[in-house]
Amino acid sequence: MNSPFPQRHMKPLFVYGPATSLRLVILCVASLILMTVDHRLHLLGEVRAGLSLAVYPLHYMVDLAARVSHWTGESLSSRNTLLDQNTGLREQNLLLKGQLQKFAALETENKRLRDLLQSSLQIHERLLVAELLQVDMDPFRHQILLNKGSRDGVKTGQPLLDADGVMGQVLHVGPLTSTAVLITDPSHALPVQINRNGLRALAVGTGSFNRLDIPYISKNADVLVGDLLVTSGLGGRFPPSYPVATIVAVENQPGLSFARVSAVPAAHIERSREVLLVVTEPAPPKVTAAPPPAVSTAPSVPATPAAAAPRGATAPPAPAAPVTQPPPVAPEISPLPETEGPIE
Amino acid sequence: MSARYAGGWVITLSLVSALLLTLFPMPAAAQVYRPEWVALVVIYWCLAVPERVGVGVAWVMGILLDVISGSLLGQHALALAVVAYIALKLHRQARLFPLWQQAFMVMLLIIMEQMLNLWVQGIIGQAPRSWKYWLPALTSMLLWPWVFFLLRDLRRRYVASE
Repeated sequence: MNSPFPQRHMKPLFVYGPATSLRLVILCVASLILMTVDHRLHLLGEVRAGLSLAVYPLHYMVDLAARVSHWTGESLSSRNTLLDQNTGLREQNLLLKGQLQKFAALETENKRLRDLLQSSLQIHERLLVAELLQVDMDPFRHQILLNKGSRDGVKTGQPLLDADGVMGQVLHVGPLTSTAVLITDPSHALPVQINRNGLRALAVGTGSFNRLDIPYISKNADVLVGDLLVTSGLGGRFPPSYPVATIVAVENQPGLSFARVSAVPAAHIERSREVLLVVTEPAPPKVTAAPPPAVSTAPSVPATPAAAAPRGATAPPAPAAPVTQPPPVAPEISPLPETEGPIE
Repeated sequence: MSARYAGGWVITLSLVSALLLTLFPMPAAAQVYRPEWVALVVIYWCLAVPERVGVGVAWVMGILLDVISGSLLGQHALALAVVAYIALKLHRQARLFPLWQQAFMVMLLIIMEQMLNLWVQGIIGQAPRSWKYWLPALTSMLLWPWVFFLLRDLRRRYVASE
């Protein structure tokens, strides 16, 4: 950075004066313009990405220091501790493998049923593992820094998960790093639904790591302590049916028009070190084993579509329109000339 | 190399260290006490070598701080530039202050920086609602004497100015 008096070799008598004041005014105006452009027009993504590359060495050094201290602690831990840990992990692995077997069977069954329904609700998701860089950001805003950037295919708005649930979404992307905002940030809201009955709601961050607010729940709504909240997929950012939080308190105060509902996030928001980034890809054209009658899609059964769709009011409609079609009872019968899929 | 630029690396190094200290992971309970390292170092150099470190350096440090902390680009830059300007204005008086009085002045400057930050955050609707937001001013004041002695020794040894 240039100093205030570039070409003078003597120490100046007056270091402040019109030049400094003018400089301050110019810089203040520049900051105001920058902030406006950043906030209102969102044009500075590229600039921020470039600058994030410039501060990457700083991030790297701090992360390295934290990592070295962690590694030292680990290599000095006793053999017994490691053995215990190993046994624990082995058991957990066995348990998870067992669950996975069941899951594989369920997934096949689900796929077969969906094929029967000729539904196209097959969102292809790919998971990308990212690690948190151990650096501290603003303590009053829940943001984290990840070690994957646009080079690895990270995009703004990508959802972030850990092993137990939704953590947040990507906010800014740099070439090597990216910043994500957590679901507990006070400025974050996430469309959810109750897993038990499909009731839709919003999960709003409170600024505390172990609490989410669920506002605008009417007093007579069917909400119980212990209900699991999952993503509803309605906002378009998060894929549906990932666990978000568990409801821990439902209060009905007579003076308020809504119930006060709060929940605890399912993800270990302040403890997870590895996170998963969900890359949602548009469903590829169906090349799977579709039954031959699928060619004459959507035989228009003269029925009321809303009545056939179960829980049309509470469950969110799937993004793909053909799902709202009543399922063909017997595809071979009455293959009328094809009509366009979405009627509603 | 002329005497004007001697020891510039010390100034740069101290500013970079301030950024590193800002990033360094601390337990969650201690994070709210983290002093405003960058502001402390910028204030020191503005008081000590006002002909070399001024509003421009402060502004650039603010932009870097914005990138690091994920705030709006220009938010910390604005606050730090204003703080540096006031420090420049007061540097003659401040050099004569006893240390505790200097520390008090630093606290007022940092409260001012935080108020400017709060103002911007309030405009975009992300103002923190906790009184703990003001704790860094207090810890910065308590740390000022140490920062002052450390940087003064470094300056006397390496920075050819006075």
